[in-house]
Amino acid sequence: MTALYEITNLSKRFTVGSRFSRQGKRVVQAVDGVSLSIQPGETLGLVGESGCGKSTLGRCLSRLYEISDGKLVFDGTDISTLSTAQMRPLRRKMQMVFQDPYASLNPRRRVFDLIAEPLRIHLSLPDAEVKSRVAGLLEQVGLLPDHAQRYPHEFSGGQRQRIGIARAIALEPKLVILDEPVSALDVSVQAQIVNLLADLQERLKLTYVFVAHDLSVVRQVSTRIAVMYLGSIVEIGDADSIFDRPSHPYTQALISAVPKPVNSEGRKRIILTGDVPSPINPPSGCRFHPRCPVAQDKCRVDRPTLTVANGRTAACHFPII
Amino acid sequence: MIFAIMQRLSQMLFVMFGISLLVFLIFFGTPGVDPAARIAGRNASPEVLAAVRKSFGFDQPFYVQYLTMMKKIFVTGDLTSFVNRGWKVVPAVLDTVPVTLSLVIGAAILWVVFSLIIGVTAAAYRDRWPDKLLMILGLIGVSMPVYWLGEVMNLITQSRFHDSWLFSWVPPLGYKNFSDDPKGWFLTLVIPWITLSILYIGLYGRVLRASITEALQEDYIRTARAKGLSETRILLRHALRTSLIAFVTLFGLDFGALVGGSALLTEVVFGLQGVGKLTFDALQNLDLPVIMTTVLYASFFVVLANAVVDVIYILLDPRVRTS
Amino acid sequence: MILEVTNLRVSFRSERGLVRVLDGVSFTVDEGEVLGIVGESGSGKTMTVLAVMGLITDPNAVIEGSIKFRGRELVGMKPREMRQLRGKDIAMIFQDPMTALTPVYTIGWQIAEQILTHQKVSKAQAWQRAIDLLAEVGIPKPEEAVHRYPHQLSGGMRQRAVIAMALTCNPALLVADEPTTALDVTVQAQILDLLRKLQATHGSAIIFITHDLGVMAELADRIMVMYAGRVVERATRDALFADPKHPYTLALLNSIPPLEGERPHRLQTIAGAPPSLMNLPKGCAFGPRCSRKFAACEDRPTLTSPPHETACFLIGAK
Repeated sequence: MTALYEITNLSKRFTVGSRFSRQGKRVVQAVDGVSLSIQPGETLGLVGESGCGKSTLGRCLSRLYEISDGKLVFDGTDISTLSTAQMRPLRRKMQMVFQDPYASLNPRRRVFDLIAEPLRIHLSLPDAEVKSRVAGLLEQVGLLPDHAQRYPHEFSGGQRQRIGIARAIALEPKLVILDEPVSALDVSVQAQIVNLLADLQERLKLTYVFVAHDLSVVRQVSTRIAVMYLGSIVEIGDADSIFDRPSHPYTQALISAVPKPVNSEGRKRIILTGDVPSPINPPSGCRFHPRCPVAQDKCRVDRPTLTVANGRTAACHFPII
Repeated sequence: MIFAIMQRLSQMLFVMFGISLLVFLIFFGTPGVDPAARIAGRNASPEVLAAVRKSFGFDQPFYVQYLTMMKKIFVTGDLTSFVNRGWKVVPAVLDTVPVTLSLVIGAAILWVVFSLIIGVTAAAYRDRWPDKLLMILGLIGVSMPVYWLGEVMNLITQSRFHDSWLFSWVPPLGYKNFSDDPKGWFLTLVIPWITLSILYIGLYGRVLRASITEALQEDYIRTARAKGLSETRILLRHALRTSLIAFVTLFGLDFGALVGGSALLTEVVFGLQGVGKLTFDALQNLDLPVIMTTVLYASFFVVLANAVVDVIYILLDPRVRTS
Repeated sequence: MILEVTNLRVSFRSERGLVRVLDGVSFTVDEGEVLGIVGESGSGKTMTVLAVMGLITDPNAVIEGSIKFRGRELVGMKPREMRQLRGKDIAMIFQDPMTALTPVYTIGWQIAEQILTHQKVSKAQAWQRAIDLLAEVGIPKPEEAVHRYPHQLSGGMRQRAVIAMALTCNPALLVADEPTTALDVTVQAQILDLLRKLQATHGSAIIFITHDLGVMAELADRIMVMYAGRVVERATRDALFADPKHPYTLALLNSIPPLEGERPHRLQTIAGAPPSLMNLPKGCAFGPRCSRKFAACEDRPTLTSPPHETACFLIGAK
């Protein structure tokens, strides 16, 4: 099977401050040499804590951000250096859904126009066709036909996210990049959206990149999961093995830190010390070593790369498995 | 710190250079301002005109003229007017500085004190009648044109009620040197101070009330309440303290502009020979040396005021200090 | 019993009439226990604790019912008296440590301010106490940290500072409003661990609010589930997780994707969204979203008697 999206050595650097500020210009290595290959039909979950670069990676994949280094081959086309204009035809095949759909929906336009917009721009369909397509899309995302004439502010958070999803799938894309799509929603609504995404994936043969910090949601939706720490992938593998038997100490600690809604007396938990370090001034060697419970001297100087061992892919000198 | 000061200084030089060049180019680019024709007088013969051009250096390239003018302002200080021959410009401008500074500093003290009182009181009683009353008064203050207000003040204090007990102390219009007559200096300036500050009291009072009210919605105010602090303390030490940052920015800009000559209308109305008045007169005569000198002086003060604001900023807001 | 809330109602006067955000909430907190309040947005969990803290400052708010702290009535208490309780006997920790501290003062200043408000000590003593507290909540190099401004600390460290501030006067009751929601999961684990330790050493009773049932399971002795401004279920933690009785609690638990074991093909969901407080349904507020609604639900259910209290007609019907 050929990959839908082949990412090689992707890096994204941001410059903060100016030459004139006290600390001078500083470079944030938000994404640092990430290689991935996304298979058609799968859901790749990207997890990690704030500042790990998962959202930046998502935005680089959709080319919302210019990339600093690396190669992106999407559906057979090298898109690493395409201009915004050259990207336009490819946008049909690659859509994005954001955490706060309200911020990305024009409040002065009716839902109908919001969903019809991509159809008009990219497909220049006749009005009747647009109408029936919008009606179909509304139904697919679980909204009612008469919702089309309302404005975004009349909807609840979950419904707005449905509108955002309808817009994203309007052009029948191959890949949808979801950036924290359920984080702003109440638990009871979150489950509805997770199910909706699963249904749509099945029906429309979509491929997802699912960026989220909520591990239980990521486990639920993902085929494979990539765990990120300070801009790099520290472990990648199929969802069940990542959660059942993590190989990287960070993955293990991250999963054990999630409180479970059960009687949790006597549950063993690994509590990491300290905070996520700043990506402006990352630690030497393995970037996780200052917080790692099993770090050794080698970890302080030698930066591990993603390697396959025992059927697991992790960037660790002393993997648990 | 030294780096920051150097940066400010170079910025100041750059701004002054840019503005002076702009003034210079606009002056010579404007039709009908040929300075030689002005100096030579009406109906001057072509020979006289040519002679004037030569003696004032107008026949030289622009950059030489520009540099000569800068040298005369900054180095030798003997730049003379194009209109009143022989009138030395730099001392004339320097003579007006104390007048403007006296006017603006006094007014600034008034407006800072009163707008703080008004802003804090209105915020403390927000949406109740003292707030509404103060905000209406503020709006009236903002809406009154300073030249009209000044004339009314003059009418009241100089003629109509001058003989009443209330205003008999008001001296005639004009400026008295502080060193010669401190009491006279103070008395002549009281009415101009009030006139100039009323606009700013209204403006700053309203701005401060808005930013305190906004600050009172912040989470840290809720924390302060949860700590059991008194409302007065919350208002003054937490809400006002964080609101001052916006206040100071505004103040720096206005103060710099006023010292730089924006108090013109007040100066004209009260017969104060300040920088604004001088610039105004020079503009009417298209007297480039005076315009140039006052513009440079004004830009110096605007940039200086900005630099002072930056320093106060650093004192007020620790977030600026480290990032 | 340290806190006794009886039939608390909070409403706001608005252009469209009175909006009731809390409707007949009653609960008690015992000395040293952790009461968890769980609910989604609009459930009234935050409003409940703001009422307890006397922090509902909106002039359009109408507060009725009774809140008794150690026998003293807090509803209608004079602001001056309330201030003496706040920060001293009842303290609060907020959701977002990024915005909960005044940005222009150092951490030490802000902690000392609270100490000096409630205790007759010298400034130097207050500062020393601030340093001790910062050390207690696990901030490294506390004697340097007191001189730091909030923006110079990470989110986790700031939340520790907020916790230190809440502990200054050894409060009998600590109110924590989603104190870990804004934090990363590894930092959340640290803060939960810290709160557990502090609870053991200080013995304060805690009211802990969260929307995260997982966090609740970590800390609470008893759990109260709220929906649309009403209490729908209340039981000990073990009883609630072992045998959730209210359809809402059950559905809420089921809608969380599991972290272990088989992944369900589809998650169980609750239809619709939490109701608008402007027009609550008649009878049971959860009725329109409930899969087991029946005729009786047109009336408003009341809580059954302890220990496992549920406001649902299904319980009586069985």
